[in-house]
Amino acid sequence: MSEPAGPLDYDRRLWLRAWLAATFVFLYAPIVILIAFSFNDSRRNIVWRGFTLDYYARAWNDTSLIEAFTNSIVIALLATAISTTIGALLALALWRFRFPGKAAVEGALALPIVIPEICMGVALMAFFSRIGWPTGLPWPLNLGAIVAGHVAFCFPFVAIVVRARMAGFDRALEEASKDLGAGEWQTLRYITLPYMRPGLVAGALLAMTLSLDDFVITFFTSGPDTLTFPVKVYSMVRFGATPTVNAASTVLILVTVLLTVIAVRLQRPERTIVEGPRA
Amino acid sequence: MESWREQPVVFWTFLLPGAFWLLGFFLAPLALIWLYSFGERAGPVDIVVTGTRENYLAALDPIYLGLFWKSFWIAALATATTLVIAFPVALAVSFAPARLKPLLLLLVILPFWTNLLIRTYAMIAVLRTRGYANFALEAIWDLVGAGSGLLGIALQAFEPLTLLYSNAAVVIGIVYVYLPFMVLPLYATLERMDRSYLEASLDLGAGHLRTFMSVVVPLARPGILSGVILVLVPALGTFLISDLLGGPDSQLIGNVIERQFKAANNWPLGAAMSFLLMYVTFAALALRAFLAERDV
Amino acid sequence: MSPAPILELREVSKRFGGIAAVDRVSLEIRRNEFFALLGPSGCGKTTLLRLLAGFERPSSGTILIDGQDLAGVPPNRRPVNMVFQSYAVFPHMSVEQNVAYGLRVDGLPRAETRRRVADALAMVRLGGFERRRPEQLSGGQRQRVALARALIKRPKMLLLDEPLSALDRKLREEMQLELVRLRREVGITFLIVTHDQEEALSMADRIAVMFDGRILQMAAPMELYEQPGCRRVADFIGTMNLFHGRVLATMDERLRIEVEGLGEIALPGDGRASGEVQLAIRPEKVRLSRQPPRDGLIAAHGTIDQIAYFGDSSHVYVRTDGGLRITCNRANQSRVEETPLTVGEPCWVSWRPADCILLTE
Repeated sequence: MSEPAGPLDYDRRLWLRAWLAATFVFLYAPIVILIAFSFNDSRRNIVWRGFTLDYYARAWNDTSLIEAFTNSIVIALLATAISTTIGALLALALWRFRFPGKAAVEGALALPIVIPEICMGVALMAFFSRIGWPTGLPWPLNLGAIVAGHVAFCFPFVAIVVRARMAGFDRALEEASKDLGAGEWQTLRYITLPYMRPGLVAGALLAMTLSLDDFVITFFTSGPDTLTFPVKVYSMVRFGATPTVNAASTVLILVTVLLTVIAVRLQRPERTIVEGPRA
Repeated sequence: MESWREQPVVFWTFLLPGAFWLLGFFLAPLALIWLYSFGERAGPVDIVVTGTRENYLAALDPIYLGLFWKSFWIAALATATTLVIAFPVALAVSFAPARLKPLLLLLVILPFWTNLLIRTYAMIAVLRTRGYANFALEAIWDLVGAGSGLLGIALQAFEPLTLLYSNAAVVIGIVYVYLPFMVLPLYATLERMDRSYLEASLDLGAGHLRTFMSVVVPLARPGILSGVILVLVPALGTFLISDLLGGPDSQLIGNVIERQFKAANNWPLGAAMSFLLMYVTFAALALRAFLAERDV
Repeated sequence: MSPAPILELREVSKRFGGIAAVDRVSLEIRRNEFFALLGPSGCGKTTLLRLLAGFERPSSGTILIDGQDLAGVPPNRRPVNMVFQSYAVFPHMSVEQNVAYGLRVDGLPRAETRRRVADALAMVRLGGFERRRPEQLSGGQRQRVALARALIKRPKMLLLDEPLSALDRKLREEMQLELVRLRREVGITFLIVTHDQEEALSMADRIAVMFDGRILQMAAPMELYEQPGCRRVADFIGTMNLFHGRVLATMDERLRIEVEGLGEIALPGDGRASGEVQLAIRPEKVRLSRQPPRDGLIAAHGTIDQIAYFGDSSHVYVRTDGGLRITCNRANQSRVEETPLTVGEPCWVSWRPADCILLTE
């Protein structure tokens, strides 16, 4: 605050700062309230009565809620593993090769991201029903349909992230590796993959959060025998807001925030030089 | 970039898994729905594809058309509101000192990283008749009342606004849920903007508001277009927000589609509606591409 | 006693779309030679290098290394190694891991690899640098890592793509000597590709000048400089004063040429030249004087147009009375000049007829 503000120091303008603050209040207040009231000792959830962990206990004891939570975590893990692999491979194909129909593939890859989620949800639901996707499979196979749906809309995001990362890769490194005698797969393993890693990590974390946060696709691909967290909470909400819902939601928020923080931490800028030396 | 022929084994290893998934779990389901939109129910679970256009005609029935229109208006209103709110936010963050930028961006993004359902649910507590918005308004009303009381003017009792279960709630809900989507592309464009344009405008005598309207907004067009698309498309197809926050006359297209596939069990009609929604989405994307084209 | 060439190119062409980046190039490179491919950007020299390394496949023609046809041989199985223009030192590996990479890929045992890495680093004067990481190294040091990494595999030929272009002037001179020394020490053939004629002239045993995908002339540096075969080569290597002329008469050992702005000149030369010709003279062979020059020299009177000072030498641009522009390079031989040259001063330029080069196109 010692230097006088320049004409373009917009961030120093009072009204802009106020606007920013107000927006943050708008964004966070509802969530903060939701979390705060998960500790509220009152069923009606409006006025603060006292601190309690009661509702967390109730959530913990609600077997169907726990089952739903576990299922959603497992789905997220499986979907992340598959999405990251597929997405990275496809990104490599697009980055490295020219081939007929490339534009079509790139277009198709963008589709899951742009079409309204509801269209994709109902399409998957109809599809699984039509091809007679087996139901009543043992856990975790019964989560297959949901995982497949999640992968379908997650992996394009992974592909985008990995491709963005590969854009900065100096192809001369691959050529140097081959020049020194390494074959295709050796080069991939020793040279390309290490470079790609930050992109893989970012993509995986993105896929995980997308999967955990999803409602629509999960809603349409869950069956009577698969209980998922969003669907379970949805039915609880329709019955009326109770602090148990708040408690369950808070836990999910914590998990997501944790993942995001890890993602940010792992995104430390690459300290090594991958462009040619110009010093 | 090499031709795929140079390393066919590597190429196919890279391409096949993704291509299979796109084909099998994305394009095939969409194709199925597309076929269904031309089909008829032939029993409680069977659908026969007869090539009929009935479904589309039914979908374009005035009732549904009205719903489409309303969905579009609510989505458009919400998008416009989001744009107005997000622009100063993006401006503030892009002009913030470098060390604060990542933090501010993270703070904007963080709410986005929570489940859609949870965020919508949180809004209920705010918008209820006995919710926090009304509490805040009541507090302000009381303050004003106290002040005017001193002047001898009495105010009537505070009437809480019915915010929840209305179209207004849906709009507010959409803005709340999708705000980060608008901030990010705006920020990206503003961040890259050459400051010397602004300085030149000021140097030539324009005030800040003029500079903003004549220089910043036009230059930020790509970001604006991206942000609008990122909010408008999900808003058009939303059904959760309207379901939890909307009133009996807040049925949107998303809700109708959902009902066709669940309760009403009229998949062909639902399919036709889904595709109409998709065509509208594509039209919006094409429009944006066209507008973006003229920028360069 | 002419051992087989280490590299033989026969009518090699490479086309991209309709354009021939390399157009029917044939050449031979001898064992243990320091060979340079010289040409402006876009002349096809880098493409030729990549054809040798195996990163492009020729549209037609044959490439033979030590008698072995390289058609269909992928880059990782060729007995040549390349030092890339950006050095391409692997950023996520230490110096030791970088240099050992080629051996590790071949499956050499650990102990021997370590020993050979130490030797290779000592040879490029980076002994003790094993643990360092690329981002801690300067550009010149990274280049030497790239060199060690390529040489450790004992290839039949080392390819270098614009090796000195990224270095500053001082470092460049050091590296020039360093590369020549290395080649002698290691005893293998070096092929460098460059657009910098100073690099080529100072380091190479033989130079091939390339333009538009074709080789215009291939010769030792001095021959290339003093006896360029055509105007393009003459103009590209060093600078050249060029004058338009016409052959008037030819006799046994002498030619008479009419040159615009200079009048009639008699030159030693053979009788094959006729018609329109270009007369060329190197600026350092042009003498500048205030007095008229002695007889027997080709001379012209003019005024000094401009002087460019380079510390150790000056380039003086003279406009002759006949309207020609002649550049004269002179070494600044004394520290304090009693009567320094000034712009606008009248002067004489002159040179020996034998120093002229006659070019037909």
